[in-house]
Amino acid sequence: MTAIGAPRTSSSSTHQRVRAAVVVPREFTNRPVFNRSAPMDTILDARGLRKRFGPILAVDGIDLTVAPGEVVGFLGPNGAGKSTTMKLVTGFLEPDAGSVSICGHDLRRAPLLAKRQLGYLPEGAPGYPDMTVREFLRFLADVRGLSGGALRERMDTVVEAVHLESVMHQSIETLSKGFRRRVGIAQALLHDPRLLILDEPTDGLDPNQKHEVRELVRSLAADKAVVLSTHILE
Amino acid sequence: MSATTDSRPLSVPRPERATPADRPERAAASTPRLPATVGRPLLAVFRREFASYFATPLAATFLVIFLFLTGAFTFQLGGLYERGQADLRPFFGYLPWLYLFLVPAIAMRLWAEERRIGTVELLVTLPVRLSDLVLGKFLAAWAFACVALALTFPLWMTVSYLGDPDHGVILASYLGAALMAGSFLAVGSCLSALSKNQVVAFVVCVVVCLGLLLSGFPLVLGFLSGWAPEFVVDSVAGLSLLTHFEALQRGVVDLRDVLYFLAVMAGALFLNVLVLDWKKAD
Repeated sequence: MTAIGAPRTSSSSTHQRVRAAVVVPREFTNRPVFNRSAPMDTILDARGLRKRFGPILAVDGIDLTVAPGEVVGFLGPNGAGKSTTMKLVTGFLEPDAGSVSICGHDLRRAPLLAKRQLGYLPEGAPGYPDMTVREFLRFLADVRGLSGGALRERMDTVVEAVHLESVMHQSIETLSKGFRRRVGIAQALLHDPRLLILDEPTDGLDPNQKHEVRELVRSLAADKAVVLSTHILE
Repeated sequence: MSATTDSRPLSVPRPERATPADRPERAAASTPRLPATVGRPLLAVFRREFASYFATPLAATFLVIFLFLTGAFTFQLGGLYERGQADLRPFFGYLPWLYLFLVPAIAMRLWAEERRIGTVELLVTLPVRLSDLVLGKFLAAWAFACVALALTFPLWMTVSYLGDPDHGVILASYLGAALMAGSFLAVGSCLSALSKNQVVAFVVCVVVCLGLLLSGFPLVLGFLSGWAPEFVVDSVAGLSLLTHFEALQRGVVDLRDVLYFLAVMAGALFLNVLVLDWKKAD
């Protein structure tokens, strides 16, 4: 696992540390972040998440509730468990304990419904090297059941939002790190999900592009929730 | 589930407004939230995978080598002309051994590559069943293998021109070859999900396929017959892909032979889903 660094054996200290890692960079939002009471319209509700890799306790007892309009930032050093938490919340990893629900759909009992509401940028923004940006986005739209006018409209919107016009016909392997990241953000936004999970969305971007991504996140509709992570304090 | 969910709207007896929360997937999926997408993700995965063969040099390389080797084996080693018989037995006789090395070469990348470049994380977090992903990718690889097999049609034309072959036998043999390629691919797909390393996936796949091919042969049976009870020896002999392939080569399409190949595929793909679920994040 990439996100796991120094082994942790003391569960109580991990609990504290990972909690402390969940903070909001001030530039993203001025809305309150933690909403422990879990109101009815919660978009993401994770409870008691715990994950262990062999001797390493990566995530221990995380509760996280995100309401519409909120942006939550995971801030912490490499190995704090940011990516692992995101992988648990997106259903890529199964937690050893705890539960996740997205828009009221339990990730274990109704995974397809929960995942429909989810847009996810995995760490490193993976993509198929031999596909062009257009083919890649079309493929993911296809899997998600977008077609016709809705597909064209969403494609135009996201391509414009992350400025991909100039590389649409380039294959992903020829893209710079920054463009690759933006393709990853575009695919996460494509189906207009209510929950966006972005693992290091600004990594590899230049300062202007970082600023644009922040503006993009800020401009998302009030009925969406965003969880993002960064290991750089800036 | 944990106690926390018990306080959620679901547990309120007969709620006025039925929220879709935590209801069985089937019931909620019928709400007109998105157009019906049954089979659509599978088709999308199939199309992407199939196109990816032709987007890379893989398709061209594979087809050229496969066709060259089938030609070489059939004419040089098999002596198609010298035999003086209008049939394709030399071709189908060597095909399993050719498949033994070439089919794992297609299969090895199926999941190992997805895991290596990290796209498996994208696929698994899409609203798609794992079984659809596995099946979509497998069918694409099988379709590609069938394209390669179909491109050997000049051999059929050659023997038809030179003599009067039994077309039923040739057709049944082609069916058997396609089923054998599918079985190798299913096994290879499953093993490819076990490792991020394509070379490891390839080597293990060749060995397992060799075992499947040879399980009816003296090499394997002789090893067993010294100590294993007779019914074990018999059932191992019955597992041999080659035995069933040779049965089809006689031109008799026995349902048992076809079912055998389909069962191998189904079993390997079922294991593939389990392995993928288990190893996806390693």
